[in-house]
Amino acid sequence: MFFRLNPATGQPLYLQLMEQIRHATETGALRDGDQLPGIRTLAEQLVVSPNTVVRAYTELEKEGLLELRQGSGAYVTLSSRTRRRTDRIQAARRRLQDLIADLRSEGLSDEEIRRAVEAEILYSAELTGKR
Amino acid sequence: MSDSYAIFTDNLGKSFGKMKAVRGLDLAVKPGRITGFLGRNGAGKSTTIKMLLGMMRPTTGEGTVLGKRIDCPRESVEMRRRVAYVSEDKRLYGYMTVEQIIAFTGSFFPGWRPEVAENLLGEYELPRKRKIKALSRGMRTKLALLLAFARRPELVILDEPSEGLDPVGIEQLLRAMAVQCAEGTTVFFSSHQIADVERVADDVCMMEKGKLVLRLSLDEMRKSYRQIDAVFPAAPPELNFRVPGILSVRESGRQLSFLASGDTEAIVDRARDLHAVSVDVAPVGLRDLFLEMVKER
Repeated sequence: MFFRLNPATGQPLYLQLMEQIRHATETGALRDGDQLPGIRTLAEQLVVSPNTVVRAYTELEKEGLLELRQGSGAYVTLSSRTRRRTDRIQAARRRLQDLIADLRSEGLSDEEIRRAVEAEILYSAELTGKR
Repeated sequence: MSDSYAIFTDNLGKSFGKMKAVRGLDLAVKPGRITGFLGRNGAGKSTTIKMLLGMMRPTTGEGTVLGKRIDCPRESVEMRRRVAYVSEDKRLYGYMTVEQIIAFTGSFFPGWRPEVAENLLGEYELPRKRKIKALSRGMRTKLALLLAFARRPELVILDEPSEGLDPVGIEQLLRAMAVQCAEGTTVFFSSHQIADVERVADDVCMMEKGKLVLRLSLDEMRKSYRQIDAVFPAAPPELNFRVPGILSVRESGRQLSFLASGDTEAIVDRARDLHAVSVDVAPVGLRDLFLEMVKER
């Protein structure tokens, strides 16, 4: 598993790490029961403070996505709810893949597709009043 | 209060004749974390570190390191057994070989970890049989770091540790700091390499002209510090936005640039009310923040 943290964005490193772990479970790169590196190992590998890893792991444990065991091992625990969610996200991605392939074949550039998708999300969010 | 910090000072000051190197310094360093100590040359960082270690007597104020009073010789000796220090000049016995100084230093410390010394010796590619006086500056730095890390100190204080190291050496240093911290050592280091501090530190203390000008966690900086650029159709209507959290405002033609923490929305709203044609919000890096804090006012 490779994580990449960027110190120059306006997001705390532990949040970046949490997001990347969450994303890895959504794409299936991390599965139920998979072990994540220990705190020391991951801090050494990413060259970040171990407190960053500790914070990310403990927050994800609170969310129920990780289980921390003695000896600083962290295990992925996908509840049936997260697993259903993961399946749904993967299905959604397959539909998006098809849609994007269609739009490309109709001659739209990736940039145009991205802008259209973002505009639609923004527009529908404004309509329903949630942002 | 001071016991819950690894390093704590209250109104600490040091004068050399009329020159006040450190004045009214209130420092607080949390245990178990990596803290970067930033400041321009001559800001008073090295003087502060020397006072913390009992190598220099404070002119005013007081402080504790690991709960021990820095101005009490007896307590200071006890503290220095638990603190490793790598000075700016990394002075070592020149006549000893690398291998000899490792054995010599190890004999003083009951918690010495030969396996750490051995690992770092390999990683840093230090020549065992070479005399210290024949080592390059970078190698000497690495050796001083090895001697500090192998002691299993509760606190390690590093004064400009990356000086003289090449990019590979700096990477090894940062990694060693992360590992040390994971094993329970509090790390306090001064540096001019802001990008390195930004990668590995939890907290940052900034000194300017002998005073502490900022202490914050980098999580906090990333979360709540923003640079806001607002462009107005004509000269900006007013400079004073009267919104809390604005650290600085700069005017350049029709543009106003704010450095702010906290309620950036309020500033954006205010700029819009004043008919700004564009408002950009961007995260603030440690370099920008540092330059702002040490700017001549």
